[in-house]
Amino acid sequence: MAKNASYFQQKRFDKWDVLIYGFILLTSLACLIPFLHVVAKSMSDNAYVLANKVFLWPKGWNFEAYAKVLADKSIVRSLYVTIIITLLTTAIGMIVTICAAYPLTKRDLAGSKVITFLFMFTMFFSGGLIPAYLLISELGMLDTIWSLVLPTAFSAFNLLILRSSIRGTIPESLEESARIDGASHIRILISMVLPLSKPIMATLALFYAVGRWNGYMDALFYIKQNVDLRPLQLKLYYLVVQASEAVQIEMVVTDLTNPEVLKAACVVFATVPILLVYPFLQKYFVQGVMLGSVKG
Amino acid sequence: MKNTGTINTTNETALFKKQIKKADRARAWKRAASNYQLYLLLLIPLSFVIVFKYLPMLGASIAFMDYKIARGFTGSEWVGFEIFQELFKKPDFARALRNTLLLNVLDISLSFVMPIILAILLNEIKNQFFKRINQSLLYLPHFLSWVIIGALAYQLLGQGSGMVNNLIESIGLDRVPFLQEDIHWLFTYTAIGVWQSMGWGTIIYLAAITGINPELYEAATVDGAGRMRKIWHVTIPGIRMTIVTLLILSLGGIMGGSFEQIMALANKATTEFTTTIPVLVYRWGIESGNFSRATALGLFQSVIGLILVLSADKVSKKLGEDGIL
Repeated sequence: MAKNASYFQQKRFDKWDVLIYGFILLTSLACLIPFLHVVAKSMSDNAYVLANKVFLWPKGWNFEAYAKVLADKSIVRSLYVTIIITLLTTAIGMIVTICAAYPLTKRDLAGSKVITFLFMFTMFFSGGLIPAYLLISELGMLDTIWSLVLPTAFSAFNLLILRSSIRGTIPESLEESARIDGASHIRILISMVLPLSKPIMATLALFYAVGRWNGYMDALFYIKQNVDLRPLQLKLYYLVVQASEAVQIEMVVTDLTNPEVLKAACVVFATVPILLVYPFLQKYFVQGVMLGSVKG
Repeated sequence: MKNTGTINTTNETALFKKQIKKADRARAWKRAASNYQLYLLLLIPLSFVIVFKYLPMLGASIAFMDYKIARGFTGSEWVGFEIFQELFKKPDFARALRNTLLLNVLDISLSFVMPIILAILLNEIKNQFFKRINQSLLYLPHFLSWVIIGALAYQLLGQGSGMVNNLIESIGLDRVPFLQEDIHWLFTYTAIGVWQSMGWGTIIYLAAITGINPELYEAATVDGAGRMRKIWHVTIPGIRMTIVTLLILSLGGIMGGSFEQIMALANKATTEFTTTIPVLVYRWGIESGNFSRATALGLFQSVIGLILVLSADKVSKKLGEDGIL
């Protein structure tokens, strides 16, 4: 009742509301406008873009840039590479994380403190880029797909989230009674713990997937000679940011630098996959942040 | 009689204790054995971290060697702290250290405040539809790769054809070299960092705000407090501990810094502030093949980073917060 009273008192739109709504609207427009601009540019005629005439709406509708991007085999292939490494990293990452998290939910497991420390320590200290690079090189994984999958396939942070979530959702007594009934740990994990942890597993899978999809630093280090294995973000880095490579049509370099329209089309091409799954991502990521802030 | 009796009982208790200990140990073994499947599961992630995290830590010892690829890890000569002494004298090192601190201090001070303001303002919005749409837009940059953000930045802020500069010119002002001049670059870099993280950072504060007792707001209303006074006297004190904890934690990351963010925004015209420690590690190590020196630099960063995180954790625990460890 009291809540209603205060609600009604604030119901009138006062001058503060104008300011607050205005400020929020401005900041969210600042997040939207860059996309509108790039989409408009990518669908415009190059002449208008060169004359700096395109703002938020395409001028001289022209989809040629997209045709060129899709005709460039190396760009399309980089999308395949990204899809494959994202699927592999997510699958392996989830398996490894589950294998680590489930045993560590048992508070009385002998040695679990030491093992937890071994995992957690990797969040705060690392040997650095160069020893990791030399290791990948020693393992013969440079210029292979595995250099982009295995080193990033496990995150201690995700392990902590999964552990505290399993502890929070599944009562220990339930597991104990299953044990008494003769179920093995692996059986309990597969037929009880995992089905009950579906939402958090979706969240963590998305954490792995988005991290892998967006990252390009390791590809910059590890994919040198074998240009066919460049993931999308690295390809985009060379095409648009460094502008050291031009879009190729049937292996012939058409232009030394890319026209702005083509750059814009590349950006849109690389952004669309994320935007397609965005509503889904947002929901699960927000849940993940909440869980991550609750200590396990 | 009495004496022998006590001796006897102490002997007996000692024996008894020994037996209990034995039984305990046997039971512990038995329990560990019955948990063998759990240890089998743990083997998989353990082998992962040992190979991909702990082996590189071991490999970081080449910072104390004159590492030559041809001689390999075992054949290279140990030189103690020579590499570090050499490293600290390099002018590149001093510059990278300055840039790392400068970029991170700028980033933390601005990227830290914006989510707090946005969260407080979002909380004031009563229209749920408006709130949700704006939240979705504000969260969006968090999901984009730095390459895409870098590309967007050049499309918007480029000096020759960027949209913002076109608008600036159309109202009769001079074009601004947002990304093509050192000092401008510094602020553009920071602003883009704020843009990328401001929406996402609100989530934790919004959660903290929901935890505030609504009676406090009612009491403030009864006392005649207006909008701003309620924010100042109820909302901000209510999330103060969250603010302090997150601030301490972000200070722990002051030696870190995003390699990807810098690489995506750097260009040939602006080299003054773009060489940070991770960038220099990349240049020395992977581009020039000077592995020992680059490893030493990386190790320097890791060790300082670890010390900072540990002290941040200590401070936040002293303040009665959970800390991170």
